[in-house]
Amino acid sequence: MSIDARIADNQPDSFAFTRENEAEIKRIVAKYPKGRQASAVMPLLDLAQRQHDNWIPMKAIELIAKKLDMAEIRVLEVATFYTMFNLKPVGKYFLQACTTTPCWLRGSDNMMRCIKDRYGISSGETSECGRFTLLEVECLGACVNAPILQVNDDFYEDLDYASTGALLDSLEADEPLPVGSVTGRSGSESASGATSLAALKPAE
Amino acid sequence: MLKDEDRIFTNLYGWMDSGLKGAKARGDWDGTAKLIKLGHDEIVERVKASGLRGRGGAGFPTGLKWSFMPKEVGARPHYLVVNADESEPGTCKDRDIIRNEPHKLLEGCVLAGFAMRAHAAYIYIRGEFVNEARRLQAAIDEAYAAGLLGDNAAKSGWKFDIYLHRGAGAYICGEETALIESLEGKKGQPRLKPPFPAGAGLYGCPTTVNNVESIAVVPTILRRGADWFAGLGKDGNTGTKLFCISGHVNNPCNVEEEMGIPLRELIEKHAGGVRGGWDNLLAVIPGGSSTPLMPQAVCNTITMDFDALKEAGTGLGTAGVIVMDKSTDVVKAISRLSYFYKHESCGQCTPCREGTGWMWRMMERLVRGDAEIHEIDTLEQVTRQVEGHTICALGDAAAWPIQGLIKHFRPEIERRITAHRAAAAVEAAE
Repeated sequence: MSIDARIADNQPDSFAFTRENEAEIKRIVAKYPKGRQASAVMPLLDLAQRQHDNWIPMKAIELIAKKLDMAEIRVLEVATFYTMFNLKPVGKYFLQACTTTPCWLRGSDNMMRCIKDRYGISSGETSECGRFTLLEVECLGACVNAPILQVNDDFYEDLDYASTGALLDSLEADEPLPVGSVTGRSGSESASGATSLAALKPAE
Repeated sequence: MLKDEDRIFTNLYGWMDSGLKGAKARGDWDGTAKLIKLGHDEIVERVKASGLRGRGGAGFPTGLKWSFMPKEVGARPHYLVVNADESEPGTCKDRDIIRNEPHKLLEGCVLAGFAMRAHAAYIYIRGEFVNEARRLQAAIDEAYAAGLLGDNAAKSGWKFDIYLHRGAGAYICGEETALIESLEGKKGQPRLKPPFPAGAGLYGCPTTVNNVESIAVVPTILRRGADWFAGLGKDGNTGTKLFCISGHVNNPCNVEEEMGIPLRELIEKHAGGVRGGWDNLLAVIPGGSSTPLMPQAVCNTITMDFDALKEAGTGLGTAGVIVMDKSTDVVKAISRLSYFYKHESCGQCTPCREGTGWMWRMMERLVRGDAEIHEIDTLEQVTRQVEGHTICALGDAAAWPIQGLIKHFRPEIERRITAHRAAAAVEAAE
């Protein structure tokens, strides 16, 4: 995708960090040695994105460059290299569907189909209501709980067509399901009960 | 089967408290200062003696890697960097350590950091693990409050700080020099080696990058003894290992098992067997997406360790076991991996940047059978021209799955081409 297509046409005229985030920036920069403040560029981009409805305006890029004494192009370069930085608006619920082989083998096509059936959107598109943006992403690193749908910060696991629908229902009602496996298993243990460490399992 | 008392990660499934109190009840942070008293070099020697090999994919001996760090600290400080950028398709073990056993990782950082004369560790965690990063940061904060980190870490007299750094979505940052670049605030593009990180790594300082699992097992190895760890598994492939079993099994799961466990036993004991039974098995990718797949005939007898899998023309990698039953469109399964590598190529080296896209497009044609038979050989040759001709191993990782497919499933690819041609001929005749 060209850079132009990734960056929003409509940009706000200004951007400033909140007072809380200014304090957070001080804490972040202090993690790195003196003179190495450029290391804070990714955390600051993340902070800007969280403050600004899940996308980073160009004014924030300029501000971060100034704060970290970096050339603006270096900050933009980082912002475009990493896939998690959104440079244009996304819906309130940003759906990132993993379709890499381990998820695909477990039926990620069904999860995608459910989203498409409901909102008529494909990867990179936002629903008509504006609240749901879908993005097909690469391996999310939770393969034994495949397929995975990441909704904003949270992983929903072990999804099929029906449970994806139930999850979307819960989001539409702004009452998201509990995070994690929708089948209720604990983390990565076998669905039929753990085959190791069973003696350590606390009683229900 | 590995006995529970020999399992390191007893809270693998998150049944118990992941916080400090729960961790201490499981034996973490017990006598850390006493272990530090062993001295820098003795810790390295013991880790060497345990036979521990890196758990991030390459399987390089961990103690030996540590010994490459300078013995004297000069003007440049030493750094430990923990690679928690877990992104290799099929792999989700470090996630469990981070969210359920974070204190094993933190204590391991103190011990490994001390061994390599570092006073600071950076843990680089993949950006998508937002909740996992919160859990880990909470553990770090708790450890500082309890005096286990900081100026006098665990009352050992050694100053040690741990900082968490979140990535933002780039598989390539799992490559150690790309990770270092990213940590310095740049695009994650791998560096040419040499210089190796032990000479000039983070901020140009001596640095060792280790996988989460490699570091998290160190406290237990030192407490229970190198002999205990070396007594598990096989010669040259010692200890326990976290396996991730995904794909077409009845019960996908993570499990800690002994190195060298037969693949069939691993799948049948822990993952409920292959969907439809063992005879319904088509192929297994044994160590994360980069490792070439093995057809059923190999799976019948193979053991899960570095050397046996290498001998079989594949690798243990991260021990991310991806199982495919006979319903799988195996060409498409591998083509999807080709797309993954195309997407994740950092764009720095021409053979990888251009080659991954070319290989993926060719693979998509093979999925449909829309190709000539001789193009299979052309594809194979292109994989050989990408492999070994790039700065980092992503080019290799993109080439190997395709090579494995052609080696083991060439008849299936040819069948599709023939069928596609026949269908086209019928259409033309009508």
